[in-house]
Amino acid sequence: MKIGIIAIQGDVREHQAKFESLGVELATVRKPRDLEGAAGLVIPGGESTTIGMLMQEYGVLDAIRDRAATGGWPIWGTCAGLILLAAEVIGPSPARLGLIDMTADRNAWGRQVSSFEVPLTVPVLGDRPFPAVFIRAPRIRRIGLGVTALASLDGQVVMAEAGPYLVSAFHPELTDDTRVHEYFINKARNYSAMLS
Amino acid sequence: MAEKEVGTFKVKSGLAEMLKGGVIMDVTTAEQAVIAEQAGAVAVMALERVPADIRKAGGVARMADPKKVKEIMRSVSIPVMAKVRIGHFVEAQVLEALEVDYIDESEVLTPADDQFHIDKWSFKVPFVCGARDLGEALRRIAEGAAMIRTKGEPGTGNVVEAVRHLRAVNSQIRRVVATPDAELADLAKELRAPVTLVKETKMLGRLPVVNFSAGGVASPADAALMMQLGADGIFVGSGIFKSANPAAMARAVVRATLHYQDAAVIAEVSEDIGDAMPGLEMSTLAPADRMQDRGY
Repeated sequence: MKIGIIAIQGDVREHQAKFESLGVELATVRKPRDLEGAAGLVIPGGESTTIGMLMQEYGVLDAIRDRAATGGWPIWGTCAGLILLAAEVIGPSPARLGLIDMTADRNAWGRQVSSFEVPLTVPVLGDRPFPAVFIRAPRIRRIGLGVTALASLDGQVVMAEAGPYLVSAFHPELTDDTRVHEYFINKARNYSAMLS
Repeated sequence: MAEKEVGTFKVKSGLAEMLKGGVIMDVTTAEQAVIAEQAGAVAVMALERVPADIRKAGGVARMADPKKVKEIMRSVSIPVMAKVRIGHFVEAQVLEALEVDYIDESEVLTPADDQFHIDKWSFKVPFVCGARDLGEALRRIAEGAAMIRTKGEPGTGNVVEAVRHLRAVNSQIRRVVATPDAELADLAKELRAPVTLVKETKMLGRLPVVNFSAGGVASPADAALMMQLGADGIFVGSGIFKSANPAAMARAVVRATLHYQDAAVIAEVSEDIGDAMPGLEMSTLAPADRMQDRGY
């Protein structure tokens, strides 16, 4: 099974190391044809303005929308990826996919000096808190009916799931904990199984 | 509810990880910052003057006016960096109070201390520092730098020094990787770097933090050259706003950095973008005018 990762800019290397350690091949996506054969897609952390703009220019946004419209294709966005998946964005609003009915608030915790680490309770991952790293992170101000909150902090949703889509405001790829990556790999495996 | 921990090395180096593959542009006004953001820059460096003008003006170059830094911070949503003089920890305190996202302790400004760099561990805001070789890079990391940029010669529009220093760092990393563990302490002494960081470099096969290339990048092909040589991303100083058509140059450099392995894309984006900044030949620079030699 192969999973794609948007490799415009951002912490692609960290995701690659995590997926490889779990035995899953990660293919870099810069152009629409790179999406072929991917059982799922990761949108990494980075600058959402830059990533969204360049995905649009090279036709990647449209190609992903077309593929997503076939139903069930798993996509996971971390930080910038969360913003690109949100239907609504508070503040300057980048070109994006907008596939999830939710409102993302960019850089909602403040500037870099307010970036933080925190042990986060994520019930679907078990009792042990997840070491969550928030870097100029967004939060989710509103979720639609089809969206499930998976974790909250200070009363704000920071991880959510909507059918095949998964978003986290923090960066599991920067930690040694592989549980969120395993969670997403499961979604991709189920999708692959459904197709075959 | 567990406590949030701010200013950890992970969140400092983590922001640099998020900038990888991107271009950081020097800007001196809010208008320039907007042009940079619209072209796809991942961050901007707020400055009083670009290096080419610092070179021209002479005299002592200092941190930018806080008012200017704040204007630039208000104008864009991407991270804003700003420069302080080497060793000037009060300029750094000021920029931290302004909540800039990254501080560049930079040889482009006139050094304030001829022996010591800033103790960067004592700040919540992350620092990027310049280096010409592996030892210099690891000394800066030991002082708390969360990001490195291999130095070029700023404000010259000549990429030769950036190439030399990135090659030097890469070749020294290859040597570290090939050195038996028992001999690493000796090699660390030779590099004048802490042995723990030399060991980490060996284990990773690269610098322990993100390494951008800086100084002298003046064209899309220059940017792609530094990426092919192994830079994690690009700083462009004078190269954008000293060119004939800054918006077109900025756009082209961002796209060449993304598609650095695709010569057809580099050719396409290099077309019809106007003149690059005028360049300087290294042999015409007096030793006192070489900014890269600043730092210890």
